[in-house]
Amino acid sequence: MSVLKIENLSYTYNEGMPGATKALDNVNLEIEEGTFVGVIGHTGCGKSTLISHLNGLTKPQQGAIYLDGKDIWKDYKDIRQVRFTVGLVFQYPEYQLFEETVYKDIAFGPKNMGLKDEEIDKRVKMAAEFCGITKEMLDASPFDLSGGQKRRVAIAGIIAMQPRVLVLDEPCAGLDPEGREQILSQVKNYHLTTGGTVILVSHSMEDIANYADKVLVMDSGKVYKYAPTEEIFQDAENLSKMGLGIPDITKVFLKLREMGIDINTDVYTIPYAIKTLLKYKDKNGGAK
Amino acid sequence: MQEMIKATNLWFGYSEEKKSVLNGINFSAKKGEFIAVLGSNGCGKSTLAKHFNAILVPEKGQVEVCGMLTSEEDKLLDIRQKVGMVFQNPDNQIVATIVEEDVAFALENMGVEPAEIRRRIDEAMEKTGVYKFKNKAPHHLSGGQKQRVAIAGIIAMRPDCIVLDEPTAMLDPEGRRKVLKTIKSLNKDYGITVILITHYMDEAAQANRIVVMNKGNVVKEGTPKEIFSQVEMVKKLSLDVPQTSELAYEMTKLGYKMSTKAISIDECAQQLYDFLKG
Amino acid sequence: MLKDITIGQHFPGNSPVHRLDSRIKILVTIAYVVFLFLSNNVAGLVLNVVFVLAIYGLAKIPIKMLKKSLKPILPIILFTVILNLFFITGEGTPLFHLWKINIYKEGIIFCIVMVIRIICLISGTSLLTYTTSPIELTDGMERLMKPLELVKFPVHEMAMMMTIALRFIPTLIEETDKIISAQKSRGALLDSGNFTDRVKALVPILIPLFISAFRRADELATAMECRCYHGGKGRTRLKQLKITGNDITISIVCVVFFAVVLATRFVFPSLI
Repeated sequence: MSVLKIENLSYTYNEGMPGATKALDNVNLEIEEGTFVGVIGHTGCGKSTLISHLNGLTKPQQGAIYLDGKDIWKDYKDIRQVRFTVGLVFQYPEYQLFEETVYKDIAFGPKNMGLKDEEIDKRVKMAAEFCGITKEMLDASPFDLSGGQKRRVAIAGIIAMQPRVLVLDEPCAGLDPEGREQILSQVKNYHLTTGGTVILVSHSMEDIANYADKVLVMDSGKVYKYAPTEEIFQDAENLSKMGLGIPDITKVFLKLREMGIDINTDVYTIPYAIKTLLKYKDKNGGAK
Repeated sequence: MQEMIKATNLWFGYSEEKKSVLNGINFSAKKGEFIAVLGSNGCGKSTLAKHFNAILVPEKGQVEVCGMLTSEEDKLLDIRQKVGMVFQNPDNQIVATIVEEDVAFALENMGVEPAEIRRRIDEAMEKTGVYKFKNKAPHHLSGGQKQRVAIAGIIAMRPDCIVLDEPTAMLDPEGRRKVLKTIKSLNKDYGITVILITHYMDEAAQANRIVVMNKGNVVKEGTPKEIFSQVEMVKKLSLDVPQTSELAYEMTKLGYKMSTKAISIDECAQQLYDFLKG
Repeated sequence: MLKDITIGQHFPGNSPVHRLDSRIKILVTIAYVVFLFLSNNVAGLVLNVVFVLAIYGLAKIPIKMLKKSLKPILPIILFTVILNLFFITGEGTPLFHLWKINIYKEGIIFCIVMVIRIICLISGTSLLTYTTSPIELTDGMERLMKPLELVKFPVHEMAMMMTIALRFIPTLIEETDKIISAQKSRGALLDSGNFTDRVKALVPILIPLFISAFRRADELATAMECRCYHGGKGRTRLKQLKITGNDITISIVCVVFFAVVLATRFVFPSLI
């Protein structure tokens, strides 16, 4: 059963003006419940416009979004409910923190949902745990934390709403390798524990390769491809031509093929690379 | 070779915090070098960088720029002209509302004659590939383009050295690629010393020398090959190695002999080729 | 969306109006406003309208823009009209009488004069920003105010502040947009409830916005220091303002125009 369905969605900025740009061009997409979807595409491909449609921040000019089979714009009053169901974490979300304590900031979303205090407390603690936020940090001011910690607080603020679909726009931008790893594994853990759907927008093909089950590639406002991760990387050469940064490891295998070795080039992670190498070696008679 | 920047036993702590951020750092950059500085967030990289052009001055120890001490106040402008600095967020370093006016900002401050300003900014914009945007407003440019405008604004001062503090952290792959290409060309074609602070291992791999920092100290120094081949050490410092070294490392662990020094795509592919054919 | 708002819109071009020295442009604009309010007769007003239209034509600014810039001040125009129409009492009998409302011929004439003046005022002053880049504008003001330095007025600092403000307006608007979207995603209600609710709802937007503005200011200050900024002392400018033939011609035309407008006061009877 698909949790989100996007039908014939088009969107043009500055419509009717000289500087009009088509950000989305007839997008059709179905996202199955419980999938970890990676979204890539270079700047201006329409991915940001797409995700701002998913939780009703932007109203479709053409087409519709269905959440559990229901048009999210059918009843204007329900749009807030949609935002609690589809949680959106913006780029650099730490810039939206405003409360005196981390606890209060994480509680902002659940409070807006009109929950009881006990329930709010439960959710804040649950979200803090998922995001590796300690008890001491909960009482601190969010502005005294490090950049990576602030980012995790902001993500916890969305997780506390217990959205069924968690959308993250470049959650790792500007972090060091350790911070990246931390956030992505926390998101993955959330995904595995709750069975929730995750949509991760990233420029880093490596991150997408490591975490996503399915990948959506966008190009000039259109869906270029939406398929399981392995399948996407079979097309690595074309992705590279589109200006997407493919993982180094994939580049190595493309190079090998260029050097005359008939090897699969859909390699996107190190373990998979090793498996592919050994399989080739086995098949082509090389002994260990 | 001539020493461009030399920090000796440098200590520094922001006054409000008790803990010092830099604990007796020794660092030197020679003329024409391309140095990458690696280290996890909060290790003191940015604080160190701000010592290179006297935005900060050491509490203990000293920093010399082309033989001038950064603590001498009358040398301040000379030092800042010699060592230019570019920061992470391109938006927060562009002053003017038109690209060429922004590139000219430093020269106007230095009191250069208008005709000479014109010559130098045109040259700087050519070198960084932003000449075609010279009459545009900065907010109409992409992140990568803005960052190259910021670099042009520094290059116009004709510095001997340029320090870049995570210049690509906020950019998309395309913008990153172009900014890095510009930085490399400044180093290779114009002999400008480059000190690049980055979290991206593929960028660091292109430097002549890597300096690894941890908790306010320089803990490792060496060529990219020397550093990245020590996969375990690098990971212990919560940093990454390029996927190429990692693959070789994992293969070695499985009992296949491979060199973790093959960092570039070509070297790695060659190594795998030999492995598969051998 | 907030992004659609444009402040001090500028239409780059290469017409004589665009090329005119920004100092002269500022002075002419001020003079135009003064003489607009000095013209109290039919000929003077017609001249003012013709003058503005001629410059729009010369600068090749589409008349559509004129309409666009007048739209937001429509309420002001209407307010002026109604106020003057109802409250100006003239001699003789009113043209229109209902209950306590009397409309006199003088009222109508005064209204027409005021509407023409307001329209000319807005379209004339917007021409200044349409044809002058923000940087030229601040530059021109800095130079015009230079004599004030003698009385210790911080002219350079004011100009620098204006430049930076102009530079950061689009950035901060975009930022506000983003923060609003982010808080809306957390269920913030921004456009409902009573007055106190609405004011309270602004907190999650204003705090992040202020913090971000301070962070930007801090980073910008460092970046400026890195580029040898040390105040206005000994600063040169990339663009030197030089008086050209074009400037002189236009100045003469303007002076003649203002003289004629002034002269009409003595020739034609005053309308108001």
